[in-house]
Amino acid sequence: MTTVQEQQTIQNVFQDRMDQDELLNCMRCGFCLPSCPTYITSGYKESHSPRGRIALMKAVVDGLIEPDEDFEQSLNQCLGCRACEPVCPSGVNYGHLLEEARDIINQNKKHSLPVRTVRKAVFEGLFPHQNRMRTMTGLLGFYQRSGLQKVARSTGVMKLFPESLATMERVLPKVPTMKEMKNRPEFLPAVAPKTNRVAFFTGCLMDTMFLETNNATMKLLQLAGCEIVIPQNQNCCGALHGHSGEKDGSKALAKKNIKAFEDLNVDYIITNAGGCGAFLVDYDHLLKDDPEWKDRAKDFKDKIKDITQILYEVDFHKKVKLELPYQIVTYQDSCHLRNVMKTSAAPRALLQAIERIDYTEMKDADRCCGSAGIYNIVESEMSMQILDYKMEQTKATHASTVVTANPGCLLQMKLGIEREGLSEKMRAVHIVDLLMEAVQE
Amino acid sequence: MITEEIKKRMIAIIGPENFDDSKVGRLCYSYDATPDLQALPDAVVSPRNTEEVSELVKICNENKIPIVPRGTGTNLCGGTCPTEGGIVFLFKHMNQILELDLDNLTMTVQPGVITLDVIKKAEANGLFYPPDPGSMKSSTIGGNISENSGGLRGLKYGVTRDYVMGLEIVMANGDIIRTGGKLAKDVAGYDLTRLYVGAEGTLGIITEAILKLVPIPETKKTILALYEDLEAAARTVSKIIANKIIPATLEFLDQPTIAAVEDYVKIGLPTEAKAVLLIEQDGSPEQVEKDMAKIADICRSEQAVSVQMAKTVEEAEALTTARRTALSAIARIKPTTILEDATVPRSEIAKMVKAINEIAEKYNLPICTFGHSGDGNLHPTVPTDARNKEEMERVEQAFEEIFIKAIELGGTITGEHGVGVVKAPYLELKLGKAGIAAMMAIKNGLDPNNIMNPGKVFAKDSRKRVVVGQ
Repeated sequence: MTTVQEQQTIQNVFQDRMDQDELLNCMRCGFCLPSCPTYITSGYKESHSPRGRIALMKAVVDGLIEPDEDFEQSLNQCLGCRACEPVCPSGVNYGHLLEEARDIINQNKKHSLPVRTVRKAVFEGLFPHQNRMRTMTGLLGFYQRSGLQKVARSTGVMKLFPESLATMERVLPKVPTMKEMKNRPEFLPAVAPKTNRVAFFTGCLMDTMFLETNNATMKLLQLAGCEIVIPQNQNCCGALHGHSGEKDGSKALAKKNIKAFEDLNVDYIITNAGGCGAFLVDYDHLLKDDPEWKDRAKDFKDKIKDITQILYEVDFHKKVKLELPYQIVTYQDSCHLRNVMKTSAAPRALLQAIERIDYTEMKDADRCCGSAGIYNIVESEMSMQILDYKMEQTKATHASTVVTANPGCLLQMKLGIEREGLSEKMRAVHIVDLLMEAVQE
Repeated sequence: MITEEIKKRMIAIIGPENFDDSKVGRLCYSYDATPDLQALPDAVVSPRNTEEVSELVKICNENKIPIVPRGTGTNLCGGTCPTEGGIVFLFKHMNQILELDLDNLTMTVQPGVITLDVIKKAEANGLFYPPDPGSMKSSTIGGNISENSGGLRGLKYGVTRDYVMGLEIVMANGDIIRTGGKLAKDVAGYDLTRLYVGAEGTLGIITEAILKLVPIPETKKTILALYEDLEAAARTVSKIIANKIIPATLEFLDQPTIAAVEDYVKIGLPTEAKAVLLIEQDGSPEQVEKDMAKIADICRSEQAVSVQMAKTVEEAEALTTARRTALSAIARIKPTTILEDATVPRSEIAKMVKAINEIAEKYNLPICTFGHSGDGNLHPTVPTDARNKEEMERVEQAFEEIFIKAIELGGTITGEHGVGVVKAPYLELKLGKAGIAAMMAIKNGLDPNNIMNPGKVFAKDSRKRVVVGQ
């Protein structure tokens, strides 16, 4: 609950900080409506659409409404998928407005003690520290390997958790050991005629829970003729902070990353998680009011490229033979990869280049799967409705392999498969892992 | 005001989940796509069927509560802005295609169906529903009918009015009537169907419609003609028509419009050309071929610097899609975008284009002009900033002058966007006092308590308006 006093403060800060030109830039034409998953899933509630949310933010600035519970609810239920941005002819930067609004609300609202403790632990204690991420993942590994997992499952302890969280526990990948996570080289040479010198952004979750995918990414880059620099002092990208109203935290991480990648003399900085990449390309906006960092952020941003994009650009799929046993493969876009990084043709072209498989496009592949960072945990009900729709479309393709390009989407699709009881017939994989599987050396 | 008792009665009809009087819920239905216009309703209701609509209307009529029927709020005349408060009616539950009749070539729909879904459903069955307003991806058919929406294909195929054969209407007293039917001929009494199409929700609520479908044209070709001179492009338009060719689409875009659109779509539009004509013809392959050759000749004879045919269906599609984004794309230039849709007989299009530019210059305003030039329907648009009061004043004056000029040339103040709130002060320009009185008589007869979308179409005396003698 926000108190009346907090609402007053939030309103004042809204007037102070919200970009009024950007708010006015929305001419309320409604072109965004059909693209919004929460508008559709909520049964066409304008308050759950981008146009509605912008109108609400503007109304708070104008003093027409107070930032009450309903208002917060409307913003909380936004996935932040940004599907409304590419379809907006006026070019409204909705994502920026949303992040600013969430930051204002969060910074000016007193959370309950348990929420405060968890937020502090996650946003300050865990994600900014890669060693702690490793420890945390290590604990998960211990849980999975020690037999604790079996005990937890057989005693039904998991039933105490919300349904999506309990299922999530089942679909988490087998995590690597501490030793595997720590042994990361700082440089890898190209193993084909050199095309580029790149740096690899490992990501916090990707370099722990999805270490195998990171290894595969580097292998593919080497095969594509890239020599790779992997700076040790890089960090979590800060997306989780940014999307959750912890802007200061994300700025601090952004600066560390810019510094870590600054003097490497590379052509590109490669990411393999759409969510991270999209946040990285927004660093210049994040630091726009910081004269010391603004230009450095721009230089950083200009180098960001998704793994699928660079593979496509260097004709990896034409140079390396890719083949898999016959299977129907479909692709679920990562919203941020598609809508923010504008990468949607490359992953499809790579998949279509794999011999013997049948690539089938699913209906509304560009619609969010409902993962959206921690959305599937905090807004579980809406998330599961969105996932149900996604699974319907997935099933309609008769695919046995669902490909994604972001860890959040990957977990969500695994969750969807588990919920549908399809784990025998269908698997979800990161595109990099599938490509690695298909490489015929 | 909605009393607790009225609220209870309404909830008893539609259920609590379909009645919303929260601040956030009301705010979200306080606007449509009309710039600088906002007013909060007292409540928002979502009835599930015609009977519920009727029951709700009876309560409103009894208590003289204003009703604003609303689709997705994409109109540009303030038609769905609840300027007098009251209750906004939503049709999100009434959004089904009820029937596709392949023997009579009709489609029966509820008002909440999205326009594009009607078009797609028709096309999937080898049929054609031509009205295609720019907002068709998000607009509803109920809104289209109430505003009598046009679109890019109006020149050859007409507008929404030409495709509505029958309606089910809830009258202001709650009576439910049915007009027209699946009939090519029907002269039984007044043509109420035509009256309600374009009535902007001021005479009743449309709860069902029978739409006319036509066979889908065999083929389609698209050309883009570039000009160094605005008026030459406009002259081409009149000349094509005078040569007895009616293209399916004949769109005009001036340079600032093309630049804004290209900034969004990035498909390589010719941003250096002063004006562009987007011309489409459909029909049998032979006829299309013949017409297009003739049209290209006419373009060249009017000094088009380039005349190019789209090579693929996709390329053609990209061009028309780009055109549909014009208004919203212009909105990226400045915070506020004011557009009008003055319309003249197509023979006068060159004179109108010239007049618009002179008026823009006179008031020192940047005007982007685009529109359905083939049917004389232009969209002069001013990118401005509502916070700049002085400039807004000049915009107002400029548009007034554009309206007067359009009437002088035998035109009208609005071709397809409707009168609503924003053009109400100018309606008398077109109709004269007696014309207004005739329309008022209909309004008073059918809605004596003035509950149906009050404040629309007819200007209040207190409002600023231009009065000219007949």
